[in-house]
Amino acid sequence: MDAIVLPAVVLGPLLPALIVLAAAALVLGLDLGPRALPRELLAVTALAGMIGALLATLARWGAPGRAFRDMVVLDNYALFFNVIICYSGALIVLLSMDYLRRTGSDSAEYYALVLFATAGMMLLAAAGDLVVVFLALELMSLSLYVLAGLFKRELASGEAAMKYFLLGAFASSFLLYGIALVYGAAGTTNLDRIAAAMAARPRDPLFVVGYGLLLVGFGFKISSVPFHMWVPDVYQGAPTSVTALIATGSKAAAFAALIRVLAVTLRGVPPDWTPLFWAVAVVTMTVGNVVAIAQSNLKRMLAYSSIAHVGYMLVGLVAGGAGGTGAVLFYLLTYTFTTAGAFGVITLCERARGEAVEVGDYAGLARRHPMLAAALGIFLLSLIGIPPLAGFVGKFYVFGAAVRAGYVWLAVIGLLNSAMAAYYYLRVVVYMYMREPEGAVTAYAPSFAGGVALTVALLAIVLLGVMPAPFVDLAQAAVAPLLR
Amino acid sequence: MIGLPAYLILGALVFSIGLFGVLTRRNAVGILLGIELMLNAVNINLVAFARFNGDVAGLVFTLFTISITVAEVAVGLAIVIAIFRVRRTVEADRLDLLRG
Amino acid sequence: MSTTVWLIPAFPLVGALLNIFFGGVIGRRAHWIAVPALAGSFLASCVLFANVVPGETLTTTLFAWVVAGDFETSVVAYIDPLTAVMLLVVTGVGALIHLYSVGYMHDDPGYARYFAYMNLFVFSMTMLVLAGNFLLLYVFWEAVGLCSYLLIGFWYTRPAAAQAGKKAFIVNRVGDFGFGLGIMWIWSAMGTLDYDRVFKGAAELPPATATGIALLLFMGACGKSAQLPLHTWLPDAMEGPTPVSALIHAATMVTAGVYMVARSRALFERSPVALEVVAWVGVATALFAATIALIQTDIKRVLAYSTVSQLGYMFTAVGLGAYAAGIFHLVTHAFFKALLFLGAGSVIHGLGGEQDLRKMGGLSSRMVTTTITTTIGALGLAGLPGLAGFFSKDEILAAAFVTGRRGIWALLLLGAFFTAFYTARMLFLAFYSGPRMTREAAHHVHEAPGVMTLPLAVLAVLTVISGVALGIPSEHGTRFARFLAPVFPVHDGGHGGFAALLVLVMAVLVFTAGIALAWVVYMAAPIRADAIGRPKTVVHALLLNAYYVDPLYDRVIVRPLLALSEFLARVFDLRLIDGLVNALGRSVVVWAAGIRHLQTGYTVNYALTMLAGAVAILAFLLSR
Repeated sequence: MDAIVLPAVVLGPLLPALIVLAAAALVLGLDLGPRALPRELLAVTALAGMIGALLATLARWGAPGRAFRDMVVLDNYALFFNVIICYSGALIVLLSMDYLRRTGSDSAEYYALVLFATAGMMLLAAAGDLVVVFLALELMSLSLYVLAGLFKRELASGEAAMKYFLLGAFASSFLLYGIALVYGAAGTTNLDRIAAAMAARPRDPLFVVGYGLLLVGFGFKISSVPFHMWVPDVYQGAPTSVTALIATGSKAAAFAALIRVLAVTLRGVPPDWTPLFWAVAVVTMTVGNVVAIAQSNLKRMLAYSSIAHVGYMLVGLVAGGAGGTGAVLFYLLTYTFTTAGAFGVITLCERARGEAVEVGDYAGLARRHPMLAAALGIFLLSLIGIPPLAGFVGKFYVFGAAVRAGYVWLAVIGLLNSAMAAYYYLRVVVYMYMREPEGAVTAYAPSFAGGVALTVALLAIVLLGVMPAPFVDLAQAAVAPLLR
Repeated sequence: MIGLPAYLILGALVFSIGLFGVLTRRNAVGILLGIELMLNAVNINLVAFARFNGDVAGLVFTLFTISITVAEVAVGLAIVIAIFRVRRTVEADRLDLLRG
Repeated sequence: MSTTVWLIPAFPLVGALLNIFFGGVIGRRAHWIAVPALAGSFLASCVLFANVVPGETLTTTLFAWVVAGDFETSVVAYIDPLTAVMLLVVTGVGALIHLYSVGYMHDDPGYARYFAYMNLFVFSMTMLVLAGNFLLLYVFWEAVGLCSYLLIGFWYTRPAAAQAGKKAFIVNRVGDFGFGLGIMWIWSAMGTLDYDRVFKGAAELPPATATGIALLLFMGACGKSAQLPLHTWLPDAMEGPTPVSALIHAATMVTAGVYMVARSRALFERSPVALEVVAWVGVATALFAATIALIQTDIKRVLAYSTVSQLGYMFTAVGLGAYAAGIFHLVTHAFFKALLFLGAGSVIHGLGGEQDLRKMGGLSSRMVTTTITTTIGALGLAGLPGLAGFFSKDEILAAAFVTGRRGIWALLLLGAFFTAFYTARMLFLAFYSGPRMTREAAHHVHEAPGVMTLPLAVLAVLTVISGVALGIPSEHGTRFARFLAPVFPVHDGGHGGFAALLVLVMAVLVFTAGIALAWVVYMAAPIRADAIGRPKTVVHALLLNAYYVDPLYDRVIVRPLLALSEFLARVFDLRLIDGLVNALGRSVVVWAAGIRHLQTGYTVNYALTMLAGAVAILAFLLSR
């Protein structure tokens, strides 16, 4: 064995993640400080961390960097995901400020954990090594497990945390096993060097089984069928702001790692796994949409809908190439703004007798809170894919890529699915606009922070819908180097 | 000298035993233990690969996974305790409030 | 020129945004924004109309919208005489209806919201007409549908309105699914969605592909224009405010399907099959809806079925290749059907919300302007020689006759007879027969205010003159057709001679017969309210219930689908998957140590499912 040589320490590429981690440490430190400090300071610090990371990300655009022997690769691809993740994190912090105070769960740990999870997501998107993939995934997941169980007194929250934790750890063990086998076959955990080894011996059973297990682990994190069963339970039971983070940031990060690992390590001899992804895409979107129709709990419905959206994104992966994969990146961008916004409205609506999560609770919302209803309506219309909102363009690119790659039937099934999905989204709109209120639900007018968050999301959805071209270009340019 | 395949088979066996535990335990702590077993089975693989490939990275990775495992147990037990305080049970199949 | 073009949609867009965001402040003054916005848009359309160069298609690009590799779609306007005509109709009729709404919606609490939606609709509709590629067309195709949905459900406190809005949206999704598919097919077959390139490239498409694309596009048209079998939403859409019915569900949006088919004629002409389907669906719908209209008792539903039927005429014309005739009928229909709806609205307004023909009658002496104008509109629809509808319908009938489609001609003639009958019936029952409302209701009958009667008068004038001014046939087609000749080539000859005379004479005869029969049934003897619209025979009941299409759809499609969903959620997910998982779990257990009972907790079930997935993935990968 060689002597251990310490690599040169280059912290530049870690800067966004470091900013977030520093903010986390600061939040924990502030909590120890004098009681006189305003509680808002915690949230503001967390928000500053997110925005700082976002600025650091934007500043590094176009200047790829690698650190720690290529373990962290901060290329445009990672930066693109950093934008999604930072946005998602910032939105969650904004939404949490009011939500936590109302539910009496305001604490420094919450913000610190959100920041830790965010740092994990960023590292996951920038991971150039399977070791980092695993560590970042665990950093993210462990934080999220705890966050899901934040409402300690609520049965649903605890149950969600328990299920999320047990199944997540279960999935992690598959992932780790896969990493170990790939490591054994390639003799390295570095993605680029795995690619070389893979090209030399593509049929090595260690590789094949290893990749299969990797797919199981990622399949769980992106919540594709049949690894989706935790999703509805956790989304429903977890505090809504945490649900928003799980549904957006963690999903985007998992997709980032999945795409990078597959694209980089398999670029030498791309195996034909299309039938597998094809089938998983179809089953995922169909199961998600069909079961969503029968739901009456809005959070649960959005959970199934998010499964369906994963199916659409997998369509883009099947299509492949810069067009298809770039479409997935863009889809994730639109999906993050839309889904975070939809859950954001729910955080502003739940009160009165606990949580306003039943669809019936939203009856007549348009009357009492027209802006809130309009916001949720626009988010839902974007999820349906009504032009000119972002969701439409996302679907257009994903299905368009599938058609151009020759998977016409897949696009047809996707279109059928999105037609079916209109039914359950629209039901909520009908309740809000065309039903009389049942019982008394006090939907609280958005707090300033919540209003800012929703406004940003709405503007982004309209902007991405009306002028998507530059962003799609960015997405495709970001993903193109991986595929070469 | 025992060859690499033997270690791999040992790892697979331990992994399967852990898997079996996860699938058969009713108690959340039991399931957690099963998962720990699965993770440690992977460590056997990692160490074996490191040894036979002559690559120190696998050993380092093992150190990482061990510490992650510890963190996982800590979080897991914390969640179990939180649930026990509210529900007075940690049977996994009693936790079926969320379904459908 | 290019700036003028963008002014047309810009005015209503700005109006809509102002009323959406500042509706609370603007309140009752909303029309001071909405009506001038439409007037500006109309003026801009007039300028555009005056500047359209015959035989030249102008495109102006606003910005590149969607770019994917070599594929680029821009926000681009496509301007030719057809665009100009459509814009004039949309903004002109739209402006009149906006003005009318000032009176009609006067007391409504959602005044600003109403005008915001209406402006948004006009914006979307003008963009739909201007669109220079299929993607943009699709976008605004959806947008007008959304506005329609919002306006149908405008009075959302009425359950029927909410239900109707939802129905319209979902039925349209069925058509739009086909439409979207057709557009995707165009893309995959030709690599572009720009009108220019698609229409040029259409000639090289394999006929089978062209047929598939054309039929899918037509599926979208069927949904939007309420053709069989997707017509069910339009009658229900009458739950919306009456000016909405006039603008969206009679004059403009529902004709988008006709416009789209005419616009894409290069694609349709590549496929005789598709054209044949278009023509026959049109004929079937024209007859089918006309028979239902014969005995409806709700004045707006009579008009709704009449609209469906007239749209059928337009599709028949387009399917027969008589595009100019179809578009001409679209234009005249926009005038007289908007007039009829607004007249009906005036009646409803005067009667305090009453829509039932059985409780009307004798309004001619109390609402003079409304009676005169509505009568002109009705005669226009029925086909009184000299009025607009006569000329435009005659063009369609002549096209059928001249192209040798005598069967279609005969069926359309039968439809024209029904049209004359139900129109006259409606007119007699509402205005001329003895009053049948309660004494108290009769006391309150009043003429509408000037802001409502002025649009009625203008539309009546248009109904009278547009036929004579534009529709007199000649050797080279009508004046209207000659204007559109750069878009739709005119086939010389065919008019004049014995055939044309026969068509003309038959049309007049049928008109007279229809009116006369209605007179005999409803005017010759005093009629009791309860005798109208009560099913007397099986056929009668069938018509009264619109052939039971709605209950049929409910039984055959809607309920099974819901049941399936329930089934999948409750049984499939919980029982079948769990069952499979349990079976798998059992095999694992047997293999391991022989524990006889699997302890099924839910978390464990999830884990088992994941394991099953892992096994499946590994099996797949290892089999490669």
